[in-house]
Amino acid sequence: MRTPASMRLVAGLGPKGWLAIAAVALVAWVGVPLAHLMLPESHPLHVSTYAITLLGKILCYAVVAVAMDLIWGFGGILSLGHGLFFALGGYSFGMYLMRQIGREGSYQSDLPDFMVFLDWKELPWYWAGTDSFLWCLLLAMAVPGVIAFIFGYFAFRSRIKGVYFSIITQALTYAAMLFFFRNETGFGGNNGFTDFKRILGYSITAPETRVVLFGLSVSLLLATIVLGKALIASKFGKVLTAIRDAENRVMFIGYNPLHYKLFIWTLSAMLCGLAGALYVPQVGIINPSEMSVANSIEIAIWVAVGGRGTLIGPVFGAGIVNLSKTWFTTSFPEYWLFFLGLLFILVTLYLPQGVVGLWAKIKARKAEKAALAEARASVAAPRAPAAADAKMPGGAAATVAKGA
Amino acid sequence: MQNRRSFIKAAVLSASIAAIGGLSASAYAADTIKVGILHSLSGTMAISETALKETALMTIEEINAKGGVLGKKLEPVVVDPASDWPKFAEKARQLLSQDKVAVTFGCWTSVSRKSVLPVYKELNGLLFYPVQYEGEELEKNVFYTGAAPNQQAIPAVEYLMSKEGGSAKRFVLLGTDYVYPRTTNKILRAFLHSKGVKDEDIMEEYTPFGHSDYQTIIAKIKKFAGEGKKTAVISTINGDSNVPFYKELGNAGLKAKDVPVVAFSVGEEELRGVDAKPLVGHLAAWNYFMSVKNPENDKFIKMYRDWAKKAKLPKAESVVTNDPMEATYVGIHMWAQAVEKAKSTDTDKVIAAMAGQTFKAPSGFTLKMDETNHHLHKPVFIGEIKADGQFNTVWKTKGPIRAQPWSPFIPGNEGKQKL
Amino acid sequence: MKRILSLLCLVAALWAGSAGAALDPAILKGLASDDFDAKQAAVAGLAAAGDDADAQRLLKALSDDAVAVAGERLLIVAGDQVLDAASGAALKPAPANPESISLNNSLRQQVDGALAALRLFSTDTAERLAAARLLLADMGDGAVLMPLLDKALAHEQDPVIKDILVRLHAQASLGSPDATVRLKAVQELGGSASPAVKALLLGLLDKQGEDFVEPDEKVRLAAQTAIKAIDGRLAWSDTAGQIFTGISLGSILLLAALGLAITYGVMGVINMAHGELLMVGAYSAYAMQALFRARFPEFVDYYVLAAVPVAFFVAAAVGMAMERAVIRHLYGRPLETLLATWGLSLVLIQAARLLFGAQNVEVANPAWMSGGVQLADNLSLPWNRLVIVAFSGFVLLVVWLMMNKTRLGMFVRAVTQNRPMAGCVGVPTARIDTLAFGIGSGIAGLGGVALSQIANVGPDMGQGYIVDSFMVVVLGGVGQLAGAVWAALGLGVVTKFLEGWAGAVIAKILVLVFIIIFIQKRPQGLFALKGRFVD
Repeated sequence: MRTPASMRLVAGLGPKGWLAIAAVALVAWVGVPLAHLMLPESHPLHVSTYAITLLGKILCYAVVAVAMDLIWGFGGILSLGHGLFFALGGYSFGMYLMRQIGREGSYQSDLPDFMVFLDWKELPWYWAGTDSFLWCLLLAMAVPGVIAFIFGYFAFRSRIKGVYFSIITQALTYAAMLFFFRNETGFGGNNGFTDFKRILGYSITAPETRVVLFGLSVSLLLATIVLGKALIASKFGKVLTAIRDAENRVMFIGYNPLHYKLFIWTLSAMLCGLAGALYVPQVGIINPSEMSVANSIEIAIWVAVGGRGTLIGPVFGAGIVNLSKTWFTTSFPEYWLFFLGLLFILVTLYLPQGVVGLWAKIKARKAEKAALAEARASVAAPRAPAAADAKMPGGAAATVAKGA
Repeated sequence: MQNRRSFIKAAVLSASIAAIGGLSASAYAADTIKVGILHSLSGTMAISETALKETALMTIEEINAKGGVLGKKLEPVVVDPASDWPKFAEKARQLLSQDKVAVTFGCWTSVSRKSVLPVYKELNGLLFYPVQYEGEELEKNVFYTGAAPNQQAIPAVEYLMSKEGGSAKRFVLLGTDYVYPRTTNKILRAFLHSKGVKDEDIMEEYTPFGHSDYQTIIAKIKKFAGEGKKTAVISTINGDSNVPFYKELGNAGLKAKDVPVVAFSVGEEELRGVDAKPLVGHLAAWNYFMSVKNPENDKFIKMYRDWAKKAKLPKAESVVTNDPMEATYVGIHMWAQAVEKAKSTDTDKVIAAMAGQTFKAPSGFTLKMDETNHHLHKPVFIGEIKADGQFNTVWKTKGPIRAQPWSPFIPGNEGKQKL
Repeated sequence: MKRILSLLCLVAALWAGSAGAALDPAILKGLASDDFDAKQAAVAGLAAAGDDADAQRLLKALSDDAVAVAGERLLIVAGDQVLDAASGAALKPAPANPESISLNNSLRQQVDGALAALRLFSTDTAERLAAARLLLADMGDGAVLMPLLDKALAHEQDPVIKDILVRLHAQASLGSPDATVRLKAVQELGGSASPAVKALLLGLLDKQGEDFVEPDEKVRLAAQTAIKAIDGRLAWSDTAGQIFTGISLGSILLLAALGLAITYGVMGVINMAHGELLMVGAYSAYAMQALFRARFPEFVDYYVLAAVPVAFFVAAAVGMAMERAVIRHLYGRPLETLLATWGLSLVLIQAARLLFGAQNVEVANPAWMSGGVQLADNLSLPWNRLVIVAFSGFVLLVVWLMMNKTRLGMFVRAVTQNRPMAGCVGVPTARIDTLAFGIGSGIAGLGGVALSQIANVGPDMGQGYIVDSFMVVVLGGVGQLAGAVWAALGLGVVTKFLEGWAGAVIAKILVLVFIIIFIQKRPQGLFALKGRFVD
């Protein structure tokens, strides 16, 4: 009884879920644009440019967090190199934005400014076709995808997992960062790409462009969640979770974990690439520090804070961490690192399921209390502790890495 | 349960949009003038930038003590971009659109400036950038109070080539692999060519960020220097790598007398964290040294020392002043003068009033803001490092020289020196 | 330039006759001047008046940066005493506001050269030898030196010094107008292995406009042969130097990674705060230096020795506290440990920043670790590097003894190999964990002391080493001391050879890529632990 893919996609969420998604999409595509463009600045419901760019940025981070959750929360693979895929997507799309500047740069040349003052006479081969929007969009997915595929193929084939895998992804992003820092690489060195002017002919600073980019970010996030939901609910998702919990057993049953891991890993990288492509026009800069080891580890903490193995958790995690970063760096700059560090420690120690898990726990406790009260009322009834230990999907990923 | 969570998410998202939107509506007080300070207080750049934040706060207090500007007090708004470049853009937007600052003093390194530039252009803000940089930029919304290459790098090389500087004939261009060293070295190479130095007498070497093992590079320099003719090293090594570089240099037996190293990013503040003994005699080129003797500088140093004690900075008894701090100090004063002249904090009016503004700077010279190119006319000092981490000025220009942000040594830059 | 040269020659010629006279006031005036040429002429004049005690004293004072000017008067400041430079008489009271005279590099070179030349006539053999060596490394203008060398050669009895003088003489005679003298000098210099001599000879082959600097073709040919001979000798020591740099880098990697190898090996704990333990060790060295400077200034050179145990215990204490407070609760969840320890590292960094300031702090090499030992003219091994190589050998030996010869070590190995079984036979695994973590952290502290001697000490210094040390551990294979040693040395040497060939940036990238590929081939690292593992 095979149901068509579209049906399964719809069934993955249920009517209330779709309603919620529709509501968010409505706010993003109608509410925010109206509040931003129509209301005067003094109006209490006016959404400022600052808020739109800040939220747009966080939404892109949230996509990365969900993508990370797909491999970590459901696949048990902790990548410390996801910043690389994000940045590659950003760079791919950044190339298009650089070409769109045209002759409006400081040197009035067809080449990007940084190439002019480095005396480059023509675009290097890998810049070919980057004046096409679609090609760059394709690159933003394909480059991270291909790199992730090649890297993943060899790593998973050699059955590298657990912390080993984390460490070599770290090496990968570190090497890439050093490579992109070089001026010779042809991506503007550590200054990266900045000073974008246009996107598809529209001014990048126009409020309308901003609103559209914001809407696209929300849509990408929603699409990622829907896709994730459908994947997890499918047979593929079940096998993946099984691999996370006991890879050897799954192998003995006759599945080849390589295919499953490779697929989710590559998909995750491509989602990151797309998020990067949306991120660059909104923040206006892409530079190699996005590939730094620390950035990639921060992605993991968004997921951990929000709650691994739940698709909605990472969204909260990315929001909580980044909003508090914005707040701390304005109000208590000295204590930001303390806060972030302690957040890492406390979440891993006391909130293995993140805030979503905490929420579930609180609810479970309430339910237990209610049950208790009920039990007292009807004296003879046995207790109902079943809800006490509300285990989320995505418990300890530890078993996978134990042997490493 | 899933559905309920989705609802919550929708609610939170809308609520947060509304909340952040609401922030922007908060009115700002009109009896003060807000001044943004955009320097990293955490992360890798905190080492350099914290001192600039302190200098800015000190200068603002000094101006307030004299009655402020246009009869209003200045109100500093300090934010921390945390050495994170996208964060610089975010914080810049916050300063301009939420806090409505009249002017921002901040950034260090070109990438941070390039990151905030689109924001300042879009919202027509005003930024003062206080650090030396590679040039190749000129923006209406930015005033550059640090040195352009012709106000630092080129005089230093001229000095090395002079009899006084040891008549160097061969040059090692050594730097960290990023834009400032690459561009500076490109300009220097063209300059050296114009002076008849051939390519075989120039060695260019780069190291990654945070490089800490300079053995191979020192061996290469030794070998290069051993091939005849007086050799000098021009270092654009970035902050943290300087310590291992100079330690290795000293221990490998290369002395300043034999192979002098002139650096563009080693100043008093950096030398505070270094055992200066191996560096003695090596050179640095700046537009200000703490050791310069004149009444303005004495006043500046005393003011900063008092400030450090008052603000309880770590190791307040041994604080030093340096070139970017002086540039910050000069920048804030010049801006205040321009506002007085323009009788307004309006960006365009202040920009117009900045042209030709003069200020008697701690360097001992009266600096002038160029009428057209937004850069200061600055004197150049060349100093040899002393064991106490201060500089012994061995050469200086007769007077301030005009900046050439577009280096004439890069083809295509002819006739591009003004906005 | 020419003017100065002729002036120098003139004074050099006058030198023989100018003994005993008081210092020329023109010289004093020149020294006080702001004009570089005047200063240079004055120093040359002083050098020429070499035999004169006043001149020597003034030269010495110049070289010590002890000369000042007050009004018209030139002073020598010697501690509390202020002497008149011209007469050497003590001045009381000292003139107000003396402004010290500063020399720049080229003047200082001239002064030192003049002093060295004068010291060639010292009665102390050691002083003469030092002076001759100094001149050999850096002779300056040969023509000026020539008459002095002739005179010194005539006097010299000591064979070693005489040898050097002969070579100096040959170097100086390269400027002789007589072609046969030059030819002889060139042939003599062919026996050297010094880059300085090679540079001199190369100078002969240069062209000035159309003509060669050296007009005689025979001399040029001889120079070419001599350069080739010198090159052959230099190449050997070049390679030796390169290998040493590789070993030295390897020893640093080893010190940084050894502690990690233990904690990772025993507990499978990925300690991302390992770099911060290095930092703790380095700050301990800084604190000891401050303590010694304040309390025991006479022993300040030995603060490093005191820092070694202090750093070990401080870092071990921090490590054990970390283990007790956080890591303990996360056993069996290595990925979470990774995140929690990363959090710890952020907290430690910020704590260091608040305690010691965001600035780097100054940690000086003690005198006995400064400078280097000269093995060949182009090969000098810095003492701090040598000491660190030896120190890492020592640490390795201690760790090996501890792991293989003590009861604790046996327990640690037992837990590494099979934790449940070790527990079953009575090994207190929880305590062993804490102790092993403490030892690993302590060793990181030792690594920090070593790093403080070659690199900067600052709050985020540890971050730079974390990726490198993980690479060593992963490459070497988990739980293997031998693996870590081979991996560290191998990475060191390979990196250094790549660096020489492709530059530092590419070398670093290549090494990382190599490790990534290598791990794909051999996921267990160089040395796999033998045992029965199945998850």
